[in-house]
Amino acid sequence: MSHVLAVLEQRDGALRKVSHEIVTGARRLADALGGNVDALILAAGPARGADQLGRFGADRVITLTNPAFGMYAPEGSARAIAERINSGGYGAVVFAASATGKDLAPRVAARLGRPLAQDVTDLAVENGAVTLIRPVYAGKALLKLKVTGTPALISLRPNVFTPVERPKAGRQESAAVAGPAGRVVVKEIKAAEAGMLDVAEAPIVVSGGRGLKEPANFKVLEELAAAFAGRAAVGASRAVVDAGWRPHADQVGQTGKTVSPTLYVAVGISGAIQHLAGMRTSKVIVAINKDKDAPIFKVADYGIVGDLFEVVPKLTEEIKKLHG
Amino acid sequence: MKIAVCIKRVPDSETRVKIAADGKSLDEAGVKFILNPYDEFAVEEALRQKEKAGTGEVVVIALGPPAAQETIRTALAMGADRGVLLQTQGLHPDGLETARALAAELKDNGFDFILLGKMAIDDYNHQVGPMVAELLDLPCVTTVAHLEIAAGKATAEREIEGGVEVVEFPLPAVLTTDKGLNEPRYPALKGIMAAKKKPLDVKPVTLGPGALEILALTPPPERKEGKIVGEGTAAVAELVRLLREEAKVL
Repeated sequence: MSHVLAVLEQRDGALRKVSHEIVTGARRLADALGGNVDALILAAGPARGADQLGRFGADRVITLTNPAFGMYAPEGSARAIAERINSGGYGAVVFAASATGKDLAPRVAARLGRPLAQDVTDLAVENGAVTLIRPVYAGKALLKLKVTGTPALISLRPNVFTPVERPKAGRQESAAVAGPAGRVVVKEIKAAEAGMLDVAEAPIVVSGGRGLKEPANFKVLEELAAAFAGRAAVGASRAVVDAGWRPHADQVGQTGKTVSPTLYVAVGISGAIQHLAGMRTSKVIVAINKDKDAPIFKVADYGIVGDLFEVVPKLTEEIKKLHG
Repeated sequence: MKIAVCIKRVPDSETRVKIAADGKSLDEAGVKFILNPYDEFAVEEALRQKEKAGTGEVVVIALGPPAAQETIRTALAMGADRGVLLQTQGLHPDGLETARALAAELKDNGFDFILLGKMAIDDYNHQVGPMVAELLDLPCVTTVAHLEIAAGKATAEREIEGGVEVVEFPLPAVLTTDKGLNEPRYPALKGIMAAKKKPLDVKPVTLGPGALEILALTPPPERKEGKIVGEGTAAVAELVRLLREEAKVL
């Protein structure tokens, strides 16, 4: 019997959206390995949303509490997770390839002396071994790997594993963890503007490039994003971030964020390979560009050739009608 | 201030990826190699910290084939003092083996700072920095986009989803660098000439076998041929219809 541990994330005491994806990925592995899913939460106290995890396939939900776990405590968390893994029987451990997960998973892996595959986009069990796929070379190739030995440590790219309802017991357990938080201490989180989604997590991303001509013109994209009623974030190409028009946090591409939204709308973006690296796993891509030969049209599912300053406001109007 | 920077030789980001005959690796014929872009931020930060301290040494360490000497020379041309090449036959996908080899070289050398890029743009492994820190039992902050140091205490900022984390940590420490931390300098001609004379040790290392086996390297699935819905505002209604009825995303 080989169980799977799903390491979840909370912020301000509430489980993050990616948690359902992690449990879904863990459930898939557990079914193939013939084991249970233990969902693991590190928090200062009971986490909101823990009672929902059974729906997505968690047999057991374990909350480890420590006053220091209110904020992300990298060293204390890595120690607690490694101890939990050593305590028993896990064939695989699944993290989120989020900012926190990508920081935490390597620490745990090094403590265990086990390899780690980050940013995994597909996984399976073949002849009893965990196999996985992860993009390399800026998404220009996919690497298929087999993990030798156990446990297999992987982090899943957000927005790729669609949550699937697979009701299981979701039995709640809680234990206090002693020990210091560690030397690295998160003092505060400077939050982005309230209500703004992060491009890496939004189900819809509307991105702009040089075609916007000047920073103030991003207003047309903000209006389009707003029309999606709280489901869309505004992204940007490297060119406009380097020019200082938009913050680096909004950059999509090789030196920015990798996004996999349900819908990606590229506006006035030519489609340089660095940009494609960050968004080619989006489910549906729409391109709006005045140059019919722009490379972005090669990866777009739907394209409109035209002046973005006319097309985008019209699109905003149509989307508003849908939500009206 | 004694600072180590671990760097990597990687294919240029513009490289057209051609899969080698073994179906498991990149065909390197005609590929241009560069210093990993995220490592440039690490080299630059090391130079700035040394300059601020007014004294110290910046050591660049690369793990890779003999040709990685050129990559080290690039960092030396930027201003690093000396280089170490941990020479290997080939790299493999298990980042923990890379971390172990680097940690063995870094151990007991009295570095105040160990800097690495947050990831390499070839394997996207995104793990070697924090693994090195764990192996050396040093504090670590990853994807640092802002750094302030005062009296042995340091504060870093790192981007997380929907905000910025402000992190305090003591020195010595391992940091991985993100875009935005600084603007890396270009090597000046004088630096390039000086780099040729700077010390560069070559030490053969043998990596462990690792526990990740490459089964295949394949091109990504072609995206289905898209369609141009039309031109200008006249096409918008049809686009919205397609998104609702065909793609079912609205």
